[in-house]
Amino acid sequence: MSTTSVSLPAVGRRSPHRGRMKSFYPSWFYLPAAALYLVFFAVPTFASFYFSLTRWSLFDVSFIGFDNFVQFFQEPMLVQGFVNTFIYGFITSALKVVLGLALAVLLTSQLVGRGYLRSVVFFPVLVSAIGVGITFKVLLDPSDGLVNHVLSFFGIAGPGWLTDPKLALLTVAGVDVWKGVGIATLIYIAGLAAIPQEYYEAARVDGAGAWKTFRTITLPLSRPATATVIILSLIGGLRSFDLIWAMTKGGPGFTSDVIASVIYKQYQAGFYGLSTAGNVVLFLVVTAIMVPISLFLNRKEVER
Amino acid sequence: MTAQAGLAAPVRHGRPGRTLRRVRSWIIGIVSIVLSLFVFVVPFVFIFLTASKTAPEASNLSFTWPQHWALWDNLVAVLTTRDGLIVRAFVNSAVLTIVSVAIMVVVSAMVGYLLQRKRSRLNPIVNFFVLAGLIVPPAVVPTIWVLQSLELFKTMAGLILIEATFGLSFCILLFRAFVATIPRELDEAAVIDGAGPVRLFFTVVLPLLRPVMITVVVVQAVAVFNDFTNPLYFLPGDENATVQLTLYNFQSQTLSQWNLLFMDILLITIPPLVMYIFFNRQIVAGMTSGAVKG
Repeated sequence: MSTTSVSLPAVGRRSPHRGRMKSFYPSWFYLPAAALYLVFFAVPTFASFYFSLTRWSLFDVSFIGFDNFVQFFQEPMLVQGFVNTFIYGFITSALKVVLGLALAVLLTSQLVGRGYLRSVVFFPVLVSAIGVGITFKVLLDPSDGLVNHVLSFFGIAGPGWLTDPKLALLTVAGVDVWKGVGIATLIYIAGLAAIPQEYYEAARVDGAGAWKTFRTITLPLSRPATATVIILSLIGGLRSFDLIWAMTKGGPGFTSDVIASVIYKQYQAGFYGLSTAGNVVLFLVVTAIMVPISLFLNRKEVER
Repeated sequence: MTAQAGLAAPVRHGRPGRTLRRVRSWIIGIVSIVLSLFVFVVPFVFIFLTASKTAPEASNLSFTWPQHWALWDNLVAVLTTRDGLIVRAFVNSAVLTIVSVAIMVVVSAMVGYLLQRKRSRLNPIVNFFVLAGLIVPPAVVPTIWVLQSLELFKTMAGLILIEATFGLSFCILLFRAFVATIPRELDEAAVIDGAGPVRLFFTVVLPLLRPVMITVVVVQAVAVFNDFTNPLYFLPGDENATVQLTLYNFQSQTLSQWNLLFMDILLITIPPLVMYIFFNRQIVAGMTSGAVKG
């Protein structure tokens, strides 16, 4: 508030009341949010850097340097969780981009039953991950599940979707896409609606086919929507925990573990220091991926 | 098809293809509807059918019409399990959702409003923390450590504050974007009429935020109600749990009673479904708010 006189020349032209108005936006409006943020988010986040360097139980803390991180990258089951986090995050994100865009193009065209289709694609977004997880665990049951029954009807021997170590993570990723593709579709629909209709008409007059129209108009002009979908689904995918936990608990063995489930397992086992080190690793992974990606996606947008 | 139409005469473009296009849209529409039935509708029908079966029949896990409808019996059985544990869980989840969303909305509306209205050197810092709050995964055990030292661990109050905090960033972004559409002249008029800053915000600005507020409330209410991870960490246990935690625990306890398990899923799905039916447009608006402006 003391800077009023300094910043006035630039801002003050619009209204003579601006100088007086400044004090009507009191800075203490930040305080309640800042207090919550500080106590329940910032302090734990900063504390995690210290605690990740300790052997920590309920009763005592002893400083052990980087031992937790060394352990994190030496034990195969922890390394597997680290690698799986990337696989899971990138697969779900990529599929949501591709399927979301395809569904959005479909659902913005002249189509019978468009309203019904839009709601039905979106509805899984609103169902809890635990409910979806349990339901698909049953549907994907290797011997009794509906999916393999249908496959065997066509003469295909369905695999053990959640019991095959090679498949479990991919299956969960697939269910994640089933549950989350509705948001991606919705974002793309909003993005496509912002493309001026004249472009399509011009392309049609110029004799461009459907594929060419898609490649030269729809794809480049839905870029802001693509950026949003990639960012949102990567943030969600890299931290993902509840669906994986509901469906496989990281199993069979630890083949579908991700960092978030490793954090929970180590916490349950009472290795608080190791669990917190997992949190720091997750923090580093998410920022190391998200910061460059969002910078890249946003810069391209400004240039255009 | 479209290429030929364009070549013939620009004025009549699209004309010759109209019936063809209508036929094609019917075919694509019907194929999509059939596919959507298999991919998106069958799982929900499966939940409903299994929830309607008797225990032995449900244990087949098959996708069949129930021989004996036991929907009501299952409902009563689920609601009375362990002295109404699930009813208590519903009450807990309702309290958690309502209180945390209320706190979140008011507190972040204040921030979004100030962030948009006032130019100060604080703004870049605040913006940075808002984005950080969106990206950075919360540190679990240190949060428990903080809650413990405040004696809030394993209490509903603690979980409420946690949920409110974790939702702040998303809400602030939505509010900030919406405040920009409210003309500043309104603030000035209110001030000239003698309103103080608090009255200006709560009686003039806040009512005007109604549309975005509905969006925020609905989206966050669904998110908090469906949240599993935070209750698992910060309000563990069986007795005082939320619905998602109860469902998760139920899964390991009632191995032979699939009908009751799916009845529980069905019950838990109803509140978001009702929200969706009533607030379809607001949910869509909230989810897509970032799409166009990026």
